[in-house]
Amino acid sequence: MATANFRIWRGDGETGDFENYSTEIDEGMVVLDAVHQIQAESAPDLAVRWNCKAGKCGSCSAEVNGNPKLMCMTRMSDLPEDEAITIEPMKAFKTIRDLVTDVSWNYRAKEKIKPFKPRKPDAEDGTWRMDQEDIERVQEFRKCIECFLCQDVCHVLREHDLHEEFIGPRLMVHNAALEMHPLDTGDRLGDLKDDQGIGYCNITKCCTNVCPEEITITDNAIIPLKERVVGEFYDPLNRLLRIFKSKDSDEPA
Amino acid sequence: MAEYQHHEHDVLVIGAGGAGLRAAIEASSAGVSVGLVCKSLLGKAHTVMAEGGVAAALANVDDRDGWSVHFADTMRGGQYLSNWRMAELHAREAPDRVRELEAWGALFDRTDDGRILQRNFGGHKYPRLAHVGDRTGLEMIRTLQDYGIHQGMEVYMEHAIVALLKDGDRVVGAFGYDRERGRFRVFRAKAVILATGGIGRAFKITSNSWEYTGDGHGLAYEAGAELLDMEFVQFHPTGMVWPPSVRGILVTEGVRGEGGTLTNSEGNRFMFDDIPDLYKNQTADSPEEGWIYTQGDKEARRPPELLTRDHVARCIVREIREGRGSPHDGVYLDIAWIKEKLPNAEEHIKRKLPSMYHQFKQLADIDITKEAMEVGPTTHYVMGGVLVDADTQMSTVPGLFAAGECAAGLHGANRLGGNSLSDLLVFGQRAGRYAAEFARENENGTIDEGQVEAAVAETLAPFDRENSGENPFDIQYELQDRMQELVGIVRNEGDMQKALEVIDELRQRAQKVSVIGNREYNPGWHTALDLKFLMIVSEAVARAALERKESRGAHFREDYEDKDEEFGSINITQHRNEDGEMVINRVPVQSIREDLAAIIEENR
Repeated sequence: MATANFRIWRGDGETGDFENYSTEIDEGMVVLDAVHQIQAESAPDLAVRWNCKAGKCGSCSAEVNGNPKLMCMTRMSDLPEDEAITIEPMKAFKTIRDLVTDVSWNYRAKEKIKPFKPRKPDAEDGTWRMDQEDIERVQEFRKCIECFLCQDVCHVLREHDLHEEFIGPRLMVHNAALEMHPLDTGDRLGDLKDDQGIGYCNITKCCTNVCPEEITITDNAIIPLKERVVGEFYDPLNRLLRIFKSKDSDEPA
Repeated sequence: MAEYQHHEHDVLVIGAGGAGLRAAIEASSAGVSVGLVCKSLLGKAHTVMAEGGVAAALANVDDRDGWSVHFADTMRGGQYLSNWRMAELHAREAPDRVRELEAWGALFDRTDDGRILQRNFGGHKYPRLAHVGDRTGLEMIRTLQDYGIHQGMEVYMEHAIVALLKDGDRVVGAFGYDRERGRFRVFRAKAVILATGGIGRAFKITSNSWEYTGDGHGLAYEAGAELLDMEFVQFHPTGMVWPPSVRGILVTEGVRGEGGTLTNSEGNRFMFDDIPDLYKNQTADSPEEGWIYTQGDKEARRPPELLTRDHVARCIVREIREGRGSPHDGVYLDIAWIKEKLPNAEEHIKRKLPSMYHQFKQLADIDITKEAMEVGPTTHYVMGGVLVDADTQMSTVPGLFAAGECAAGLHGANRLGGNSLSDLLVFGQRAGRYAAEFARENENGTIDEGQVEAAVAETLAPFDRENSGENPFDIQYELQDRMQELVGIVRNEGDMQKALEVIDELRQRAQKVSVIGNREYNPGWHTALDLKFLMIVSEAVARAALERKESRGAHFREDYEDKDEEFGSINITQHRNEDGEMVINRVPVQSIREDLAAIIEENR
């Protein structure tokens, strides 16, 4: 057992400051354990959002020593012992209280993305046939636990606050999962270009680096989507084809 | 008078895991207005943690499977205390509910011919669990969430319900608060569906998240509904045991389904030493037969590691108690050994069990492709819950429905792995359908302001009290410690009598809890409010477990080690009487329909 010191952000959306806490650390503890212990010992109103404590739900996102992390998967033994550990809320979203941020924008933005629309079933019993090989690409995207850490580090959202113009890496991944779904017939490329601001991403890969699920967001999701958008809207032959296609775009596939 | 916002819906769904979302989707599709209340953010509910798969007799991997085999497996697993009609509906309808998810975008792992792949699991005769690696729950909840948000329902994220509101006998609404700002809400609804999950937070070592405080059980009980089978709490045999802070986190049964073995400190595969009669002719004679079963050999029988959870958990406890455990009071679960059998074992394990690989690597510094895991039992699931009508999921209180873990009946004395994900789809859908029907056939009830005011006062009380030194976290921890110790895997009369005294004492202390701060996202306050339902479910479990003087399924008593024929045909129900006391009844198990009895016989 050793004592660890913490600087934890306390405050609401308007004002706040770091407060100092210390607590005893036992073998194997993660940052979220320490926060809970502090809650139980000295700060019962310290707000923290969490749920599964197993890296599966993506609720306990915060910035630990400046790094966007899931608190439940960040082990105390991996942090420097000689200095106080700083914990603060995600910066790309408005703080509600202490470590809890208002992430509701992500949910509103997602609702605007065209939903899954499958092709007609392949078999008479109403089912489809897909090869494992063909779904693995999309299964990678569907590992996403919606922790929003990628949104937190995206400079378009974090520094430039362009939430209205750019939907961010998480929702690019969501788009990619739909666009590359073997059964999907929807077309989201126009929305990606116009409403969802795919052009804002300049592929710095910050999102990929922080993803706790190790989804290669930039290379596997965003860049291929960018290529599709370019192919669709800036290739001269496709521009011509699009004029014909638009006539029957509302037909079911 | 306190300030609160009013909301009105035809159907109010409380809980947004798989059952709540599926119910809300169904009710929406019936054309009624739906409100969906979730304690967390949408898509974070406990379903997200389900790993191994969803059981449905699709017969994609073994064409001998079918609904009748699934039905017989479920009844056997539940030690014949299950509601047979629910087991029938569940087995018949699960395949459609799974296929429907595919139409909504779910991407299950595939067979070679491109259909949904199915894996082996404890107690299922054939490979039956549709899955996505070991993150099936995430796939399901995300599919339901992404489909659901386009069906017109209103979602109330981070809201907790503390009381149901009644008009005469009927439930007509609910009172709660939003966790972010602490504002009060009154929901008026023609029908209310409880889909709040389980009670795992009443125990210290649990695979369950903080949300699992028995809200639906408590709300229903306080509203006058009957609870059923509360003595049956499932302890999953394999939770992490080390390091201490992760103790209880689930290790999927899928590890054993893929060939993982359980061994003790002497290197003995102890599960071969004790195979129950009910399962003798379905269990492998040798390690080799067990291995080829996990690799899809249709002639082979399953290894004893895939016996039902209640039995495996008890065998592990026995090994530990008799001094053959691992260093941290567990036993060894080894999947790394399959490298003796498969050339590309390391890649195979990472592909089949990616979450387990990461979980152990990150939290315990263990590479499961190279070394064995240490595991021990963890509180996982409650078979007991709100007594409901098998077809409609309506409770004994008009207008109040329940589905998923907080309802009871399907699983009897022990749930089979994979049957909860199918349970919440099948009965979530049914609850949604029949609640919508109820809402169309009934007018709005009247909200009684007196009930609302009483709920407001109760909710605010922790702020109003003088600082008594009672801390809500301390009381919660103490309850968890004592329930684990006194009403855990191995039970006896004396311990459980003691548990009732402890609960009584803690309940009185909970009345004195005071909290600091304001109503905005205040964990101390939220924990104080969770205590009430935790006490109710703890008492219900202890009293039902005292009443059942035998050992059956998940309920094991060292003072009554054997099954008792009389209890084999009895379910235990509980409700609150007019004096506020918990009343217990023994109810005879309904006699089974003849054709279903014949199916059970055929599958013995």
